[in-house]
Amino acid sequence: MAQKVRIGDTILLGLTCLTMLASLYAIFIYAPTEKTTGVVQKIFYFHLPLAFLSFFAFFLVFLASILYLYSQDVRWDIFAQSSAEIGVLFCSLVLITGAIWARPTWNVWWTWDPRLTTALILWFMYVAYLMLRKLLKPGVQTSNIASVFGIISFINVPITFFAIRMWRTIHPVVIDQSGIHISAPMVITLLLSLAAFSFLFVVLLRIRVRVEKVLRAYEELYFLLERNKKRLPS
Amino acid sequence: MNLMKQIWPIVWKDLLSELRTREVVLAMCFFACLVLIIFNFAFFTGMGDTQGGDTQGILAGMLWVAFLFAGVLGLNQTFGAEKDREVLQGLLLCPVNRASIYISKVISNLLFMSIMEILILGLFAVLFRVTIWKVLPALGLIIVLGTLGFVCVGTILAAMAVNARAREILLTVILFPMIVPVIIAAVKATEKVLAGAALPEITGWLKLLVAFDLIFFLLAYGTFDFVLSE
Repeated sequence: MAQKVRIGDTILLGLTCLTMLASLYAIFIYAPTEKTTGVVQKIFYFHLPLAFLSFFAFFLVFLASILYLYSQDVRWDIFAQSSAEIGVLFCSLVLITGAIWARPTWNVWWTWDPRLTTALILWFMYVAYLMLRKLLKPGVQTSNIASVFGIISFINVPITFFAIRMWRTIHPVVIDQSGIHISAPMVITLLLSLAAFSFLFVVLLRIRVRVEKVLRAYEELYFLLERNKKRLPS
Repeated sequence: MNLMKQIWPIVWKDLLSELRTREVVLAMCFFACLVLIIFNFAFFTGMGDTQGGDTQGILAGMLWVAFLFAGVLGLNQTFGAEKDREVLQGLLLCPVNRASIYISKVISNLLFMSIMEILILGLFAVLFRVTIWKVLPALGLIIVLGTLGFVCVGTILAAMAVNARAREILLTVILFPMIVPVIIAAVKATEKVLAGAALPEITGWLKLLVAFDLIFFLLAYGTFDFVLSE
């Protein structure tokens, strides 16, 4: 069994490295430089896959949370936690790459555009999710509570987006992205990059899940040990 | 009517203990007053600044920040006080649905917040010379819907945070991102109403608030079973 897992990991890791190399080649050499914004547009090939995968990660948190509440199987809880952590990591990178791109393009690091603002709130919500997990005292039904939070926060995402869009349409800000034209090589590059980051996501998720399983087993053992120590006459 | 029988005693218990200690509502009112006063120093430099100009946005924002900050104080106490006095266990042992506990806590939080809000609204009108009589029905509707949304989400999150370390800080951190839609809708609608807009102009915001209230009430009602643990 352990051998099987390792083979699967090796294949996945190999695929990640290959696609990552290919996409780096495509991004910096194959894809043409965009005319109006220049070289900085290339960050888009990192930004979009990361954004897509962070949303996907939060969707997985939502699904795994429902499945946990339904089945009370601790594996779903571990899955939700791991996915949330990687989602937060990717979402942070989305915000950072977005800011780097926005500075030369829009001339500001940040603007309160609906999509940006939603991404920021999303980031805050899932950092809160991780903090909630960390701060709950042992012995509390952390998994149940975190699952409920995972469900509520995901359902809140479209409502937040809707509210922010309504808020923005009242005071419109001129953000026009229509100048970006995507040619066929750009689409291919984007798809390659998306594939690379998807493989990376799966690899990270698998490793994180395994680490968490070991951690929880350790905590359980530690708990048993402490309890037995107390029972022994000193 | 069975539900009412389960809910009412818990609400009554909360009211009675509040009536005897007068800890929460009074502290909420004082805190909200202080927030208004501090905002006055932060945003307005002299007399008459609140008249004319484009201050409705700031005034609406101040009012809601005062409500929300004071509301968080109340939410922290809603399960926190019971935890500290070690009666949370007793509440859980009551022969009632966990969901009924949720509804009764929502009701008592709503009551506490309304008392605070009525007081603060009066003070707000006096301090900043805002004529609220004419817009009171619309303003009242916004405040009721906004507070309901805040309390619906806040109560379940307060129940989540009660068993955590640093629960007061945790509650603010998990609550504020969650109520962004309520804040936006309530502040924008209040701003328009203060600027003299009629009710039809803010129906979009009111609809958003109603949708938020409904969705989160049902969601919290359905999942509260899992949240409150011994």
